Amino acid sequence: MAIELNRRRFVAGLAVLGAGALGLRATAQPAPQVIRIVAKRFVFTPSEVHLKKGVATVLELTSADVPMGFSAPDFKVRADVLPGTISRVTVTPEKAGTFGFVCDVFCGSGHEDMQGTIVVT
Amino acid sequence: MANSIDRREFLKLMGLGGVVFASGLGRGAYAAGSDDFYFVQLSDSHWGFEGPPNPDAKGTLKKAVAAVNALSVQPDFIVFTGDLTHVTDDAKQREQRMTEFRDIVSALKVKEVRFMPGEHDAAPDWGTTYKQFFGDTHYTFDHKGVHFIAIDNVSDPAAQIGDEQLKWLAADLAKQPKDANIVVLTHRPLFDLYPQWDWATRDGAKAIDLLMPYQNVTVFYGHIHQENHHMTGHIGHHSAKGLMFPLPAPGSQPKRLPVPWDAAHPYQGLGYREIEAELPKHEYKITELPVGQG
Repeated sequence: MAIELNRRRFVAGLAVLGAGALGLRATAQPAPQVIRIVAKRFVFTPSEVHLKKGVATVLELTSADVPMGFSAPDFKVRADVLPGTISRVTVTPEKAGTFGFVCDVFCGSGHEDMQGTIVVT
Repeated sequence: MANSIDRREFLKLMGLGGVVFASGLGRGAYAAGSDDFYFVQLSDSHWGFEGPPNPDAKGTLKKAVAAVNALSVQPDFIVFTGDLTHVTDDAKQREQRMTEFRDIVSALKVKEVRFMPGEHDAAPDWGTTYKQFFGDTHYTFDHKGVHFIAIDNVSDPAAQIGDEQLKWLAADLAKQPKDANIVVLTHRPLFDLYPQWDWATRDGAKAIDLLMPYQNVTVFYGHIHQENHHMTGHIGHHSAKGLMFPLPAPGSQPKRLPVPWDAAHPYQGLGYREIEAELPKHEYKITELPVGQG
């Protein structure tokens, strides 16, 4: 994970440098925060995610065992969460508060317990 | 919040949904020649579940069967709106639970029983085992002027009806006049009741869109282990209590954990319902009954 994250930051850094060389530094956007969430029957780790109001965050989602889903209805985002694959959704909270997310693909006897929260400050 | 019904909503249901409510009122025999009838809805028996939310997990379904058998006037038929059994990863145990469930409900006096799956029954193997025991997961039948449609929104673990079944639904509806009496039976809410707890059907809005042109449509479902009454336009949606453990009102607490068993009020929040069709008025009278009362 660290290697992939570092590579992305490296690429993002190159993009900023390139923009700067063209005199476009003022318009460059910072790389969004990235948070990885791993689903495993029947928990999300982490199950509590902290975001900043107005700040875009990429949630990277993967499963450690069986196919699952990630749904955060208050942010109108969902994704299939599959083993061996990373799904990405971008969330830009518009208001502070605590919001739920849930597994929306039935995954077994603990499916109903598989919830988490997004805390926006 | 969609978790409770206030007076205004109640009146709206009365006026537009063609539904009236009664609580524990007696029901007499039907007049000769009348097309009125009633059926019983049971739901979410979760046979095989064990845990503190129900210390009588092995007895509650049997009590419900006895209660229905004790009704003074037997219903025309009985429907089970899903989660007949509690999910297990073990295919043999799944068959065992379905066998035991089928044996228990075979004691019902009324032999016309219509089953629907819940995700606990069908999602692990896309309904394969369920079909071996209980037949198709979606189907229609007609009874005394009412067209019943059972919709499967659980065999797909992603809680989708799916395009193929939606086409089937559209083709079936196309054969119905716009003023037909239509009752939809399903497990999950077709509308977004509370998606934060996965209380929705991902493509349920497509089914509602297909039903919307029909003037007299009512939906009875399960899944949420409690009563809930909601309107989408003129279509009423009415969830039933379960027979294993009640769940909290949508969004009333952070997690959708079962309501703890109350030893002072055993079986509280569990039950079944009678649904009385009063066809000339396009009305369905719902009477909620506790597990132990027939």
